Amino acid sequence: MAPETLITLAILTPLVGALVIPLFHDRPNLRETVTLVTAGTLLLIVVNLLGPVLAGGRPEVTFVEVVPGLSLAFKVEPLGMLFSLVASSLWILNSIYSIGYMRGNKEPRQTSFYVCFAVALGSTIGLAFAKNLFTLFLCYEALTLSTYPLVTHKATDEAHRAGRLYLLLLLGTSLLLFLPAIIATWALAGTLDFTPGGILGGKASGLVIGVLLALYVFGIGKAAVMPMHFWLPAAMVAPTPVSALLHAVAVVKAGVFTVVKIVLYVFGLDVLSTTGANTWLIYLASGCILLASLIALSKDNLKARLAYSTVSQLAYVVLGAALATTMSLEGSAIQIATHAAGKITLFFCAGAIYVATHRTEVSQLDGLGRAMPFTFFAFLLGSLSIIGIPPFGGTWSKWMLALAAADSGHLVVVGVLMVSSLLNVGYLLSIVGRAFFLPPRDGVVTGIKEAPVACVVPLSLSALACVVLFFQIDAIQALVAGALTSPQ
Amino acid sequence: MTAVQPHLPVLQVVIPLLGALLAGLLRRGTSGFALALAVSWLMPLIAVALLCQVLTGGPISYHLGGWPPPWGIEYRVDALNGFVLVLVSTIGAVGMPFSYRSVALELEPRQQAWFYCMYLLCLTGLLGITVTGDAFNAFVFLEISSLSTYVMIALGRDRRALLSSYQYLIMGTIGATFYIIGVGFIYLLTGSLNMVDISARLGAAWASQPSAVIAALAFVTVGLSLKLALFPLHVWLPNAYAYAPSFTTVFLSATATKVTIYLLIRYYFTIFGVSIDFRALPITEVIVVLSLAAMFIASLVAVFEQNVKRMLAYSSVAQIGYITLGIGLADQAGLTGGLVHIVNHALMKAALFMSMGAVFYRVGTVNLKDLAGIGRKMPITMAAFTVAGFGLIGTPGTSGFISKWYLALGAFERGWWWLVFLIVASSLIAVVYVGRVLEVAWRREPSPAIAEASDPPLTMLVPIVLLAAATVYFGFFTEWTAGVAGTVAKTLIGGLK
Repeated sequence: MAPETLITLAILTPLVGALVIPLFHDRPNLRETVTLVTAGTLLLIVVNLLGPVLAGGRPEVTFVEVVPGLSLAFKVEPLGMLFSLVASSLWILNSIYSIGYMRGNKEPRQTSFYVCFAVALGSTIGLAFAKNLFTLFLCYEALTLSTYPLVTHKATDEAHRAGRLYLLLLLGTSLLLFLPAIIATWALAGTLDFTPGGILGGKASGLVIGVLLALYVFGIGKAAVMPMHFWLPAAMVAPTPVSALLHAVAVVKAGVFTVVKIVLYVFGLDVLSTTGANTWLIYLASGCILLASLIALSKDNLKARLAYSTVSQLAYVVLGAALATTMSLEGSAIQIATHAAGKITLFFCAGAIYVATHRTEVSQLDGLGRAMPFTFFAFLLGSLSIIGIPPFGGTWSKWMLALAAADSGHLVVVGVLMVSSLLNVGYLLSIVGRAFFLPPRDGVVTGIKEAPVACVVPLSLSALACVVLFFQIDAIQALVAGALTSPQ
Repeated sequence: MTAVQPHLPVLQVVIPLLGALLAGLLRRGTSGFALALAVSWLMPLIAVALLCQVLTGGPISYHLGGWPPPWGIEYRVDALNGFVLVLVSTIGAVGMPFSYRSVALELEPRQQAWFYCMYLLCLTGLLGITVTGDAFNAFVFLEISSLSTYVMIALGRDRRALLSSYQYLIMGTIGATFYIIGVGFIYLLTGSLNMVDISARLGAAWASQPSAVIAALAFVTVGLSLKLALFPLHVWLPNAYAYAPSFTTVFLSATATKVTIYLLIRYYFTIFGVSIDFRALPITEVIVVLSLAAMFIASLVAVFEQNVKRMLAYSSVAQIGYITLGIGLADQAGLTGGLVHIVNHALMKAALFMSMGAVFYRVGTVNLKDLAGIGRKMPITMAAFTVAGFGLIGTPGTSGFISKWYLALGAFERGWWWLVFLIVASSLIAVVYVGRVLEVAWRREPSPAIAEASDPPLTMLVPIVLLAAATVYFGFFTEWTAGVAGTVAKTLIGGLK
């Protein structure tokens, strides 16, 4: 099939799935089959796009020209390819996991859950493939709106409050800061197309570039750069599969992916490094890394701790974008993939623990390791990957970011990265330690066994992926190199 | 067809006028409805034919009774009012099927034929204001539409409808008086009532008596601002919209204010603007400030409204602010944004008021506290409400985004970057007031009071879905909205002194 057709199919498949799922409202097994088939088809389509992109092709398709010069159009370039691969492959794991989790917990309104999930994935793929800022913004907002019902799924007052915060912060920042930045970019550059080398070169002064960068970074609330991160811990009220795929992978990665893409294709690395408009962001991102890790240390609620860990890890990606060198952006891209695998594992484990024991606090996990060996072993692997210890995927992103920081003379940043890894050890490995080495609080653990197979298999697979990523990093590098070394 | 074609401009007005007379003789609501439906469905055909003719062949001038202007009354159709004619007549045509059940439920049987008579008179007035090229004739049509509107509001079952109608009557009469005083000044200055003729003669008057010209401009501005509900002259609007019968609100919100805005644009850009540089007068700044006040204050009031129709009414005041902002900006992109928002807002607000009309039809109330879980019971209606609500916010992928895009671009081109932030900030307030309704409608458990509710009959549902679909369609395909508005804006800006 022609790559152009594949792009259209990739965007339509999840949306078609979303339309079909409600038809099987009364037959849960068939309904979940639809989700799995949709996810499988999507992965197949995305994988088929990989070949042409690796060969240097940049297939594109224009749906409609909305305003002269501004169109709803999609174009696959290496970064989007990587992001769509990550999102679509993890969707399969997450769908299997959802079946175990949602049924294990006897959650209500499962049909609308799966529908919103499919729409969210469709928006994510659209965002990954967006050819210009307008299309990206459209998908960005669609992603916010389609995940709102998932955040408020529990329909409790707490969920509604969290939902309001989620919507107001994400829509608010995007309307108040992101959109004006887009309008300004259009007014200055006369185009919104993502172009290698950027579109703002020579169009604006260093000050304007700096202000625009700030509007983008804070306007893209999904990237959770402090102080725009409050929605993320609040969103943890959602069922764990939502936290796992959306608030550790699709939504937050959509944010940092957008930042990376804007730095690379709207500003251009040269523009940023010659104007120095990016310096403040290096320090802000470094500060976020440390501060969020410290907050994570103080959280007893497992999902809240993981959420702050996500805030910290996302700041790594922003840091890579802020350093604005080829190597740092490579680090950012790899961090998007490796953190996804690591963090989804941790959330899967948190959900499995909840399904099996209904425990949510770290302090309640003492001695559970023996009862749930697979879950806690996977948690260990995921943690090691996020800390950045070989042989786990996370090693590479930390390594490259540190190298890039050293290369560009930001030795403080190297120090920050090292301290942060230590903090990661503190707040992640302590959980595993409690589970395996501390005696259970109430003497003996009775009646607790592993979560359903549908939960345990995905989390084992994603833990395995952390290891595989370490050895297969060449493939990702080869893909990303296409975006970074293409003729400027 | 060839025999009819030269007379299309006058038929646009005469057909609904005759229809109104005929409807006044009818007794049964159903026959009144059939007549109104037939007339309403004929109107867009004429309007589209006129617009196509204008877009290819330039302005059409029709001399009433064969008397040439400036002595006789001239009907003059150019791209600007051709555009508005299509809008008004289309809203009438799409909305008409909705009225059948809604009017049957909300009005006494003996009032129904009368209601359709008033509707046709109102349509006559609105189309007349749009099509005429004569300043005094516009006043006559303004009064025809206003008087019929007062009746259409007063027919509401809620007793507060009477008071709202009376309030509107007082304010509307003051507005009309201001307008006619302005026209009187113009007549004294130029000796003419024909708009084209006036625009040619105002230059000389400006040279000799500038303060009189400014007085004329001021009177016309205030008079029309009252009718179009420019903040702070909007106080009649929320009650009128909230307590009128559902169909009245749908029709008025989408057409009445829009036609008056058209008339204001007509005066500014093709009458005064041709001979004097009104952009150098403080009036543009005043309009920008008042528009901003509308966008923020009315939106904030909407946030605290418990009655959804009133909330939407305040939202209308805010959205009118966006349109007048485009007029105040008076540059290519800004005016395009204002013009395109006339259409976009008409379509989405009609969809919103119609869905609330459908909710009222089913559950008899539009108070927010009674609507918990209504989305589960009336999914299609509330899905349409949701889509149109996104349009109000200006989410990308809806027509509201296109309007705000052009407005923000206009502000940016003017160098007013702060205005860009204010435009998007006011959208954020829309997130709150639309979001409040959506949360109650979708995320709450249905209350027992609405347990029996379901989507309304097709005659109501189809117009609602069509209008909501249009909100999305015109978010992507803008050739006939922003495209035409851009052409019109170019002509208007190009004609300015």
